[in-house]
Amino acid sequence: MSIIRYQTPELAAWPSLDRWSNLRDELNSLFNAPFWAGVGRQQLFSGWSPALDLYQNNDSVIAVVELPGMGKEDVEISLHDGTLMISGERKSEASDGEKAERTERYFGRFRRSITLPTRVDANKVSATYQDGILTVTLPKAEEPKPKQIPVN
Amino acid sequence: MNTTVRPMDGRQTEQFVAPAASVIENGNGYTMQVEMPGVNKEGLEISMEDNELTIIGRRSLPTIEGALVHHESPREDYRRVFELDSSIDMNQISAKMDQGVLTMTLPKAEHLKPRKIAVS
Repeated sequence: MSIIRYQTPELAAWPSLDRWSNLRDELNSLFNAPFWAGVGRQQLFSGWSPALDLYQNNDSVIAVVELPGMGKEDVEISLHDGTLMISGERKSEASDGEKAERTERYFGRFRRSITLPTRVDANKVSATYQDGILTVTLPKAEEPKPKQIPVN
Repeated sequence: MNTTVRPMDGRQTEQFVAPAASVIENGNGYTMQVEMPGVNKEGLEISMEDNELTIIGRRSLPTIEGALVHHESPREDYRRVFELDSSIDMNQISAKMDQGVLTMTLPKAEHLKPRKIAVS
C-alpha cells in the first residue's frame, strides 16, 4: 500500500517526508504481521462472565457466583493447579414468532477462572445452587508440618 | 439506572441497583424476565399504579464466615420500574420466581389479541 502517488525529486529530498515513509513502513509491517498477533486471549473468547465473590476463613475458601436462571446440570466446576474454573452454558428460550423488545440478559457460554489464595483439598470440594447463586466451598489442604532439623 | 429512594418518614435512604431484564413480545402479550440472583419469592415486592409496574427484590444472601478477598457482586437490593403498554390486561398479569429469575406474563386484553377470521 502506498499513499504517495507522485513525488517530485525535490520533494522526496525533504526530511519531513522521511517521517512519512517511516510511518508507511510501520503501517506496512502491521499488515504483514499475522492478524492475530495483537489479539489477546480474552477477546478471542466471546462469552459472558458472571460476577464472582471470594471469601477465605480458617478452614476453607468459598466462591460465590451470580448465575441466575441456570440448570444445575449446565454448570461445570473444575480445579486445576490452584485455579478454580467455573464454566457452563445458559440456554436461550427464544422461539419463533416472538419479538425481543429489550434484551439485557446474556445467553450462551460463560467461563470464569480465579487463582485461589491457598492450597485446597480437591477431593473435598462441594457446591450448592440456590436462588440463582452458586456457592463453591473448597476446604483448605492440610499444611505439611514444618520439619525440625536438629543441628548436630 | 441505579436509584436512591428517600422515604418520606425520614428513615435511612435505600440504595438500589437496576436488574437486567428482557422483554419479549408475541401476539398474545409480553413475557418479561428480570435477573435478581439472591432473591427468593419472599423477597419480592411487585406493585402496580396507573400504568407503572414497580419491581423490588430484596436479597437473602447466605451469610458466609470469613474475609472477603475478592468482590464483584453488588450488595444492594434490586429495584426497577416499567411503563406498561395500554394493551396489557392488568388483571391477568402473573409472576413466577425460579433460581433468581423473575418471569412475568403480561397478556394483552382479549379484544386486542390478533385473531384469524375464517373465510366461509
